[in-house]
Amino acid sequence: MAAEELKLKYTDEQAMLADSAWGFLRERCTSDKVREWMDLSTGYDTTLWQEMADLGWLGIALPEEHGGSCLPAGALVSVVEPMGRYLLATPFLATTLAGQLLLGTASKAQCREWLPAIAKGECIATLALSDAGGSWVPEHIDVKASRMKKGWRLEGKASGVLELAYADLVLVPARTDQGLAVFAVSREDLSYTAIEREQLVDETRRSYRLDCDGIQLDDSARLGKGDATAAIHDAHALAWLLVGSELTGVADGAFSLMLDYLKTRKQFGKTIGSYQALKHPAVEIMAQIEDSRGLMQYAASVFEGDKGESAVAARMLKAYAGETAAYATDRAVQFHGAFGFTWECDVQLYFRRATWARHVFGDALHHRARLADLLLD
Amino acid sequence: MSQDKQPISTEERDKFAQKVRAWLKRNMPSKPDFRLPLTFMEIDNQAQFDYLCDWQCRVYEAGYLGMSWPAEYGGGGLPQVYQDIVTREMARLQAPFMINAIGLSWAGPTILKLGTEAQKKRYIKKILSAEEIWCQGFSEPENGSDLGNAQTRAVRDGDSYVINGSKIWTSQAEYAAHMILIARTDPEAPNKYAGLSFFLAPMDTPGIEIRRIRKMTGEYGFAQTFFDDARIPADTLVGEEGQGWNVAMAVLAFERGAALGQAGGNIMSVITSRDLVETARKSLRDGRPALEDVRIREQLVQFMIEERCLRLGRQRGRDQRLLTPGREFAPMLLGKLQGSEYMRRMAAFAVSMQGGQAPLYVDDPMALDGGVWQRQHMNSYSATIGGGTSEIQRNIIGERLLGLGKG
Repeated sequence: MAAEELKLKYTDEQAMLADSAWGFLRERCTSDKVREWMDLSTGYDTTLWQEMADLGWLGIALPEEHGGSCLPAGALVSVVEPMGRYLLATPFLATTLAGQLLLGTASKAQCREWLPAIAKGECIATLALSDAGGSWVPEHIDVKASRMKKGWRLEGKASGVLELAYADLVLVPARTDQGLAVFAVSREDLSYTAIEREQLVDETRRSYRLDCDGIQLDDSARLGKGDATAAIHDAHALAWLLVGSELTGVADGAFSLMLDYLKTRKQFGKTIGSYQALKHPAVEIMAQIEDSRGLMQYAASVFEGDKGESAVAARMLKAYAGETAAYATDRAVQFHGAFGFTWECDVQLYFRRATWARHVFGDALHHRARLADLLLD
Repeated sequence: MSQDKQPISTEERDKFAQKVRAWLKRNMPSKPDFRLPLTFMEIDNQAQFDYLCDWQCRVYEAGYLGMSWPAEYGGGGLPQVYQDIVTREMARLQAPFMINAIGLSWAGPTILKLGTEAQKKRYIKKILSAEEIWCQGFSEPENGSDLGNAQTRAVRDGDSYVINGSKIWTSQAEYAAHMILIARTDPEAPNKYAGLSFFLAPMDTPGIEIRRIRKMTGEYGFAQTFFDDARIPADTLVGEEGQGWNVAMAVLAFERGAALGQAGGNIMSVITSRDLVETARKSLRDGRPALEDVRIREQLVQFMIEERCLRLGRQRGRDQRLLTPGREFAPMLLGKLQGSEYMRRMAAFAVSMQGGQAPLYVDDPMALDGGVWQRQHMNSYSATIGGGTSEIQRNIIGERLLGLGKG
C-alpha cells in the first residue's frame, strides 16, 4: 500500500539562513582553526561565538519577546548541518537544547531571566540529560531533588554534560515526589569537585560528568510547575534532530575529502577513483548522504507538528545519518591509504566527530529498536 | 516544479482523489482464476495479456492515463499532478499494473520529445489504449551493458531499412506491435556511437522471428528476436541517421526515471515495507511470529527507513532548494539503482524470515501468500540488471555526477 505523500516544508527564511551559515562556516571554520580551537581548554573561540550570536543563530527558535527570530525549531538544521560539515565545536548545541527546554518548562519570569541572555550569546547554557552510565532515556535519570524547609537539595550523578565547566546555566532534570522536574543550576551553585572532564574520542568537543551531591537550590530554581517529563522527551527529540543533522554534515565533509583524493591521487598511472573498488563505494556513500539529507529535511519539516510523527522522523534521521557518517568516515580513512592513518590528515577529525555524535542521544541500534516498538505493533 | 506553484488546491486534490478512488472501486477487475504477473516483464500467456490490456484500455477510456500528455495526440492535456494522484490511488488500492510499460514509460515520452509530427499522430494514442504494445530492442547477445557496441545492422534501401542481426531479453516481444530498435547504420563511423540509428520497427515485418526465453522463475516473459533481411519503412527512423545513441540515451533517462514525462500508472505491482511487515506477522519461526524476533524487527525498521528515503528522494526533486549544490541530479540518477536494489534486498529478506515455509514455491498450497516473495525475489533481478546493471549505474553516477575517472 502506498503511504501518504511526505511533504517537505522549506521557507525562504530557512534557505537564507542556510546560505549564510554555509558561507560563514566555509570561510571561518577551516581545519587549521579547528585544530587551533581543539587545544583551548574551552574548545571554542569566543570571538566567533559572538559573531554567531550577532548573526542571530542563538535566537533562531526563541520567541521575539526574548530577542529571538521565532522560527520553527526545524529551522535550526540550516545552521547545524554546516557546523558538522566544517567540524565546528561551540556551545551552540548545548545552549540551543537548554534554551528550548527552558521554553518548554519555565515560567514567564524565568524565561525573561535567561532567554534574552542566551539569544545574545551572553549565557552559555547546557543540560544534563544522561545518567552516570550514559543512558539515553529519561526513565534512567538518577538525580533526585528533595524538598527542604526552604528550597531543594539535589543528589545523584549525570554524564555527558556538554560545556559544563564554563556554562553559566545548567539545566538538571531530577526526580521529585511529583515526577520529573527541571532545575536551573548556575555556576555559583557548583563546587569545584562537582565537575569532571570526560576524555572524548572527539577532541574538539567538551563534555563532563556532574556530581550533584550537596547542591542546594532556592525555590526559584525549579523551572515552572508540574511534571516535566514531556518537555524532557521533547529535548531528546530535538537532540536527535540536531545531532542527526550534524552527522549528515560530518558524513558530507569526510566524503568531500575522500572525493578530492580519489580524483587527484594516482597509482599505476590512473587516478584511484577510476578503480571500481573505490568508485562504487563512493557512489554508495553519496547516495546515503543524499538520503540522510532527505530524512533531515523531512524531520525538520514535521518537527513542530504531531509529536508522534516528529519523534519517528527524528529517530530515523539519527539512526540513518549515524550509520552514514560511520560508513563515510570509515571509507575516507581507508581510501586515503597510509596518509589516512595520520594525525595530519583531516579525516581523523571527521572520524572522531562521527564517533562522538553517533553515540550521544542514542545510537542507530537503540533508535531502530524504539522505532520497531513504535511502528510495528 | 516548486510545490507552491502546484496548479490545484489541497481541497481540489482531495476531491479528485476521492473521485478516482470511487471509480477504481467500481471498475477494478476481479481477481482472475489464473496467476497474474508481478511486472510487465513476465507476461507468460495470452489470458494474462488480455486481462491486463483490457484493464489498461478501461483506465485510458476513463481519462486516467496519459493525463498530462498533449490532447492532440490522445492525452489528457492536464497538469501532471492529476496523473500523480491517479497513479498513487491505483497503488493504494493495488490495482493491476499497466501492461504497455515500454510504450507508456519510455517509447511514448521519447516519441513525444524527439519524434516527428506524423510519428506522434501515428503511435501515441494506441500506446495509451493498449491497442499497440511496445517492446525494446537494445541488448544483444554479445552486447549487454555495452549498448554503444550494438552490432545489429540497418542498411538503407530506397524507402526502407533492411535489418539483420539479433536482439535479446525482449520483454513482450511476441505480443508487441512495435519495437524501439537501436541498430548500426554506419560501421565505418568515426566512433561506435556515431554509427547508430534509432527505429520504431513494426514487429509484423517478414523476416522477424521470435524465440521465447524461459526465466529463472520458470515463467516466460521475454525472448530473443532475430532479424533476417527484415525490411522496415524508412519513416520509422527517429531523429537523423547516426543520432541513435542520443535517442537511446533519452530512452534510458525515461527508463531509469532520470527524466519525467511518462504516461503514468504503475508498471509493476507496488510492493512496500507494509507488505513485508504483514509477511513478518504471518511467518512462523519456531512456532512464533517472525514479527516478535528482535533481530527481524530491527531489519524491518531499516527497510522502512530506506523506503522513506526513496520517497523523499522523489519529493526533494520538486524543490531545487532542497537539492545538494553540485549534485542536483543525484536523486534522479540514483532512483533506478536504489529502487531496484532495495526491492531485491527486501524480497530476499522476506523469503529469509519465513522459517519452514521459505523453501515453498508458487504451486505449493502451504506457500506463504502463494509464494509471492519467492517469485518476487527471483524477478527482482530483472530490475537490478535490466536498463543498465547496478554496476553500470554506479560507474555512470561515479563518473558523470562525482567526476571520478573512467576505469
